[in-house]
Amino acid sequence: MNKLKFAFYWGASCGGCEIAVLDINEKILEVITLADIVFWPVAMDVKYKEVEAMADNSIDVCFFNGAVRTDEQEHMAKLLRKKAKTLVAFGSCACDGCVIGLGNLWDKETIFERAYIETPSTKNPNAVYPKTSITTKEGKLTLPRFYDTVKTLGQTVDVDYFLSGCPPPVPLILQAVEAISKNELPPKGSILMPSKSVCDECPREKKDKKLDKLKRIYELQDDQESCFWDQGVICMGPATRAGCEAQCPKVNMPCTGCDGPSPGVVDQGAAIISALASIATNDEVINQAVDPIGTFYKYSLANSILRRRVIKK
Amino acid sequence: MQIVWTSTLHSYMPIFVSFLHPLQQSQFLFYCCLISLSSLHAGKALNRPILRFQSSSWVRTVSRTGKSRGPEEPRIGVFICHCGSNIADIVDVKEVVDFASKFPNVVFAVDERYVCSEPGQALIRENIRKHKLNRVIVASCSPRMHETTFRKALEAEGLNPFLLEITNLREQCSWVHMHEPRKATQKAKVLVASAIAKATLLEPLTPMKFSVTPAALVIGGGIAGIQASLDLANIGFKVHLVEKTPSIGGHMAQLDKTFPTLDCSACILTPKMVDVSRHPNITLWSYSEVESISGFIGNFKATIVEKARYINKSLCTGCGTCASKCPVKTIPNEFDLGLGTRSVAYIPFPQAVPLIYTIDKENCLYFTKGVCRVCEKTCPFKAVDFNQQDKKVEIEVGTIVIATGYDLFDANRKPEYGYKQYKNVLTNLEFERLISAAGPTGGQLVRPSDGRAPKKIAFVQCIGSRDILTNPYCSRVCCMASVKQAHQAKEKYPDAKVFVFYIDLRTFGKGYEEFLWRVQEEGVNLVRGKVAEIYRKPKDENLTVLFEDTLLGQTREMDFDMVILAAGLEPRVDAQQIQKALKLSMSPDSFFLEAHPKLRPVETHIAGVYLCGCAQGPKDIPDVVAQASAAASQASIPLIQGEVVSEPTIAYVDKELCCSCKICESVCVYDAIEADETDEEKRAKVNEALCVGCGSCAAACPARAITMYGFTKEQISKQLAALLTEPT
Ligand SMILES: Cc1cc2nc3c(=O)[nH]c(=O)nc-3n(C[C@H](O)[C@H](O)[C@H](O)COP(=O)(O)OP(=O)(O)OC[C@H]3O[C@@H](n4cnc5c(N)ncnc54)[C@H](O)[C@@H]3O)c2cc1C
Ligand code: SF4
Ligand code: SF4
Ligand code: SF4
Ligand code: SF4
Ligand code: SF4
Repeated sequence: MNKLKFAFYWGASCGGCEIAVLDINEKILEVITLADIVFWPVAMDVKYKEVEAMADNSIDVCFFNGAVRTDEQEHMAKLLRKKAKTLVAFGSCACDGCVIGLGNLWDKETIFERAYIETPSTKNPNAVYPKTSITTKEGKLTLPRFYDTVKTLGQTVDVDYFLSGCPPPVPLILQAVEAISKNELPPKGSILMPSKSVCDECPREKKDKKLDKLKRIYELQDDQESCFWDQGVICMGPATRAGCEAQCPKVNMPCTGCDGPSPGVVDQGAAIISALASIATNDEVINQAVDPIGTFYKYSLANSILRRRVIKK
Repeated sequence: MQIVWTSTLHSYMPIFVSFLHPLQQSQFLFYCCLISLSSLHAGKALNRPILRFQSSSWVRTVSRTGKSRGPEEPRIGVFICHCGSNIADIVDVKEVVDFASKFPNVVFAVDERYVCSEPGQALIRENIRKHKLNRVIVASCSPRMHETTFRKALEAEGLNPFLLEITNLREQCSWVHMHEPRKATQKAKVLVASAIAKATLLEPLTPMKFSVTPAALVIGGGIAGIQASLDLANIGFKVHLVEKTPSIGGHMAQLDKTFPTLDCSACILTPKMVDVSRHPNITLWSYSEVESISGFIGNFKATIVEKARYINKSLCTGCGTCASKCPVKTIPNEFDLGLGTRSVAYIPFPQAVPLIYTIDKENCLYFTKGVCRVCEKTCPFKAVDFNQQDKKVEIEVGTIVIATGYDLFDANRKPEYGYKQYKNVLTNLEFERLISAAGPTGGQLVRPSDGRAPKKIAFVQCIGSRDILTNPYCSRVCCMASVKQAHQAKEKYPDAKVFVFYIDLRTFGKGYEEFLWRVQEEGVNLVRGKVAEIYRKPKDENLTVLFEDTLLGQTREMDFDMVILAAGLEPRVDAQQIQKALKLSMSPDSFFLEAHPKLRPVETHIAGVYLCGCAQGPKDIPDVVAQASAAASQASIPLIQGEVVSEPTIAYVDKELCCSCKICESVCVYDAIEADETDEEKRAKVNEALCVGCGSCAAACPARAITMYGFTKEQISKQLAALLTEPT
């Protein structure tokens, strides 16, 4: 049997997805018997030029984690799309934009201003900002161009499969690899995750819900048995796709929604907001939801109906 | 290029690790160690069977009929109504027709003066045939007006009636944009475009049918409940009439004479009470209450609690020996509002129906002290049974009539009038008992303080009514009740001076104004003025009334030896129990709310539940009886039809998507959606008979597992997209 060719790439991401790959532990040996890894910037020194030189469709599967926020990332997304037969959006950033996507509340100018001027730890009296190119005596140096808007991989190129999570749960990665090896992948466009919600995997007991006051997690004396909603705490579980085995609720933290929208949901934040509004017994409850975007759209803003904030100049 | 994994990993690892946050570093190294060990959870995970993958599309078409959208290509016909000039004067209908014709699936578009008229409907039918239309759009008035009309036109041509889409060019376009014809035309186009977008996705829907239990439950045995029960029983249906107190009759039984004809209340009421007790179709549950109700139109289940009377109802003949032998005879009689007394073993009034005595457990010597049992010993029929228990009975009915009546406003809530502080201040209902020949004084109208006949009587109107501090509404009967009582006082004591203090005298019924004239001619003085306060003269218990005579524009005082307060009518204190059991709505005044104040006055928004009498709002006996007959007639319709058909535009839960969170259950006010207890995963399930298709659950469901038939997510998204597209 011919060995498969795998590639891994990271766009705008935290690196957690790379760790998730390593998290498959000794099974990584099976992956290596199955496939050669032809490109993996985090672990191997393969230059972009070498990828550009590869024949189109010569990579069997490319796992792309991270969102697209710079021209370099966009270039690589397009390049890998050409070179790979199958492109997998790997992790929440690639699928839905994740925390990186919260950058869409701002634009390049406001982000740079904050990062290079305003932050208390920054001293930049001459207001020097990163430039895309600069000529020094050693030669010309370049930096990728920073976009105003974060895009998901799917908004940038055609994606074959999605595997979300921050990072993707190990059993799902293994399951995907197994499906690839057995050539049992589902139809293109599928999400390689269970078709259920986090609640389906959550052992907490669900009751009739009426909310007269919202609590934040630090205010809660968790009984460890009943659904967070029944205890007055927002949990993204119902609108979030299963696959993580409800690992957060199991350790007494409400789900924050990293596995992306659950199967019937288009806009994860809107789904939870309308649920909350429906069971709130008074208007105050809505005001008690601190940091609405960070609560309802932590992982999905860039891929939501909202996508970004309009910055009025 | 081929790279051996392990070696590469090892050679690059230090560089890689140095990029990481310290916390991640340790995590990373920890996991690297684990690679060489045999790991627990990952190993387990790999042995698991492959989980089901999510297929590519998030939308699923669901159909009531089981078949999906139907394979045929949509062939849409668009009918744009002028509504005479209502629409066509503002909207350029020809332009909208042209616009509509250009859509790919529109095979026919036309405008018509009145699409709802006979020729208009014929036009629809003709073109369904001619153009083999399988979707019809009518752009006209609100669907509330003519949805049924147009659905029938489709049906007549063999098309499923739910393949109709109405868009509202009148209320939502021409009427509101009367002065902007250009914009109105543009908006009309957008509305039509959105209807076309939805029409392409319309699916045939089939209504559900349910059988009906041919019986009715009537709650409350006042004149309203009595009339409704008799009517239903006479139509031929089994009726369960539930009355809380030991006898039916309600407030009407407490009245002496009734305005404006002055017939004796008991004389016209008691024959009806007897009819109830004799009617073969009526089961009378007296001294009983409805504990719970479940189910839906055609199929309600009610639990009735029959309270223990401690007297066996099948043995008691009503002879009254128990009452006459009972040593405790000083219990204030509720029926006489405490003005008279009764024994512990009692009937509320002589003509009580059923004529069965009741032992008042709270005051009975046997129950309180364990002694006595005189009644048990003396009853000739051995009917006394101290071991009797409350009995629960389950009944099944198809429809329910609520006739729980009213409470009299508690005049203590207006302390400025001295009720219960001054002996000679009475309420209008107490007056009824005093003047009644069967009442505590044998019909003698006397002052409670000294038993003397009053020489100067004041009637004070609007007690608790038309008052922002208590009830803002008019109680409707108290003006006429006071005019009647003023007449009765004059009749008893022609020389007595009688005054009525009113804000407005509301004598609006048939023969009422004439009655008022007559009473004025009898010498009753009507004073237009609100009474501010009543004081007592300690010496003789006489009363001073302080009032503002608004015709003279003066504040004045006048002395009386008796004052009657025209207390208003209020919702019953316990009405909420029934309201909760049936999920009924209340109007702001806390009376039960009818489905529509004009067009559906005796229906509620819960199908199969009807209202009559003062439970719905204050009214006099003629109105109560008319309304009771109306409610009976409405309640008999489903019973006669034998089956009920429900709108198919209801909620549907996709069990694959439902995560059992119970949010839908919390928001549905109709109790129509619940965790399915027969399902291991406890997925939500819609009760198709109860669901009214309000859509609350679908909006609330965080897993978006609920689809509204006729308003699917797919249909609405397409409609929205069309609404947001600029028309050309
Ligand atoms: C002082 C006064 C004088 C009046 N004089 C006249 C007059 O002359 N002419 C006229 O036309 N109108 C008159 N009225 C108005 C008249 O009293 C009412 O129109 C009429 O009695 C209303 O009848 P109803 O059956 O709706 O209510 P009600 O008479 O209040 O009967 C309701 C019945 O339902 C029972 N009930 C309540 N809750 C429950 C429950 N949960 N379960 C079971 N049973 C329950 C009650 O025990 C009661 O028997 C007068 C009213 C007042 C206050
Ligand atoms: S705690 Fe969260 S994940 Fe668990 S059942 Fe409740 S909503 Fe769902
Ligand atoms: S419970 Fe929610 S936040 Fe936690 S891992 Fe699962 S999907 Fe992510
Ligand atoms: S009927 Fe007459 S007394 Fe009664 S509230 Fe109306 S106006 Fe006042
Ligand atoms: S549509 Fe309305 S009535 Fe029907 S189940 Fe949902 S909330 Fe209840
Ligand atoms: S709200 Fe939605 S997910 Fe929750 S129980 Fe109801 S149908 Fe299921």
